[in-house]
Amino acid sequence: MSAKTNPGTDAVTSKGWLAAHKWLLIRRAVQLSILGLFLAGPLFDVWIIKGNLTSSLTLGVLPLSDPFILVQSLLAGHIAAASALIGAAIVLAVYALVGGRSYCSFVCPMNVVTDASRWLAKRLDLPKGWQPARETRLWILASVLVTALITGVMAWEMLNPVTILHRGLVYASSYVWTVALAIFLFDLVVSRRGWCGRLCPMGAFYGLIGSVSLTRVSAQNRTACNDCMDCFAVCPEPHVITPALRGVGTAVGPVILSGDCTNCGRCIDVCAKDVFRFDLRFHNDAPKGERQRGDETVSTDRHAA
Amino acid sequence: MGEPSTSPKSAVSRRRFLANVARAAGGVGALSLVVGLFARQAQSLPAQALRPPGAGAESDFLAACIRCGLCVRDCPYPTLGLADVGEDVPVGTPYFVARRAPCEMCDDVPCVKACPTGALDPNLTNIDDADMGLAVLVDEETCLNFQGLRCDVCQRVCPLINEAITLELHHNLRTGKHAVFIPTVHSDKCTGCGKCERSCVLETAAIRVFPRHLAKGRIGEHYRLGWVEKENKGESLIQGIVDLPDRMPDKLGGGLK
Repeated sequence: MSAKTNPGTDAVTSKGWLAAHKWLLIRRAVQLSILGLFLAGPLFDVWIIKGNLTSSLTLGVLPLSDPFILVQSLLAGHIAAASALIGAAIVLAVYALVGGRSYCSFVCPMNVVTDASRWLAKRLDLPKGWQPARETRLWILASVLVTALITGVMAWEMLNPVTILHRGLVYASSYVWTVALAIFLFDLVVSRRGWCGRLCPMGAFYGLIGSVSLTRVSAQNRTACNDCMDCFAVCPEPHVITPALRGVGTAVGPVILSGDCTNCGRCIDVCAKDVFRFDLRFHNDAPKGERQRGDETVSTDRHAA
Repeated sequence: MGEPSTSPKSAVSRRRFLANVARAAGGVGALSLVVGLFARQAQSLPAQALRPPGAGAESDFLAACIRCGLCVRDCPYPTLGLADVGEDVPVGTPYFVARRAPCEMCDDVPCVKACPTGALDPNLTNIDDADMGLAVLVDEETCLNFQGLRCDVCQRVCPLINEAITLELHHNLRTGKHAVFIPTVHSDKCTGCGKCERSCVLETAAIRVFPRHLAKGRIGEHYRLGWVEKENKGESLIQGIVDLPDRMPDKLGGGLK
């Protein structure tokens, strides 16, 4: 791999800065808009959305609720009223369409914190640190659900830094920064991308939705890949790229099917060869004409590498 | 997959698989314990923190409340707030402190209507049926009415005046010739709104609202009050008792003379 310090340089050269940051900019805009909509009420008395990410009411009619929280509530022994259940069904349906962990990359306020932490870690050239298995978050998710079942209360919600952060921002909590700082430092010095990528049970929950959701990133143009590795460098979950991108000449299709993928679209941005794009999970046949090229150039030794 | 299950390779992978499962199960168990113990500890609610109307028992409430704060938003007064990080109240749950801002007992109960999960019981449509706590006159030594003064503020501000708080006349032993008007809370009517605590004119309130389980005593199940039983039956429970005359001394100490 080249000693490029800034992945995406090639893309900026070939596509221009704006196109090489398209999805990043869209993502930040969406994150800020959502937070802005929640804050418009308390700050400017413009009540478009009331509540917070665990449950909200938009324009007085549209209920939205976090299914992860409601599952905990259900296991703790409470069957929620219709409004919350309808809200959770809508949210589930939306993420089943746009990709489960789109929540992580486009909505979750912690993403900004961990992305900032990653940015600083890169600047300071900090080591990876502790890297627990990626499945750890699934086990934590299991723990969260088991604890709700046994204690009869939503135990995790007394600790959950994600809901505490968003609630704290919307309801002007004085100590909300402590939660953000804790996760920032954890990601910075203890474990690179540790919170979102390894531990967060909420991400694991939305990842499960993601493993069946419709919108996915596809390495449709994967034969054009020149192995610059920029996509791996920017991807928060780089293991999801490998099967799709390296599947040339095999039976593995170009769609990134792993629920771990957050649909953040950074790989689309930084690829100078326009290998990636958003697509539907069903468009997973190997592109026409790929097989022949795959036979000669892309071979097994690349997999071994 | 095709190889026979007795081959060493599959035995090793089976062993590794079982070891991984055991490790994961151990991890889940350990983490659940830690989170569970933390949650248990964090559940105790300080006595001055009162839940909004319609909230049930604390353990049920913590299973049902998803901490969205919609009740807080629809509360027209500065009463309800969400617990901040580091407070004694479980983080993000709604509560109020009566001395700061009591429940104003809105007729349309907007906080209950706003609750999306039913953590605040939607069957509570009449605010007079609310049970947020119970007012207790905790300090007779400072309460002005107990000193024989006519403060009466807690009774006057009570939304259920003369029902939840009445003034009971007693003899003033200090002066020997006046009355004291004792503010008396009736637990079957008090909603725990906290307006009495809020309005108590003392520097520190003598009347306070506590969660009902802290405020209320309970007579033993086996206990029978004779006069109540008698009234229920309409006559003495045991008939045919010979009532001997009470022997009273002619005058005190008379027998020793």
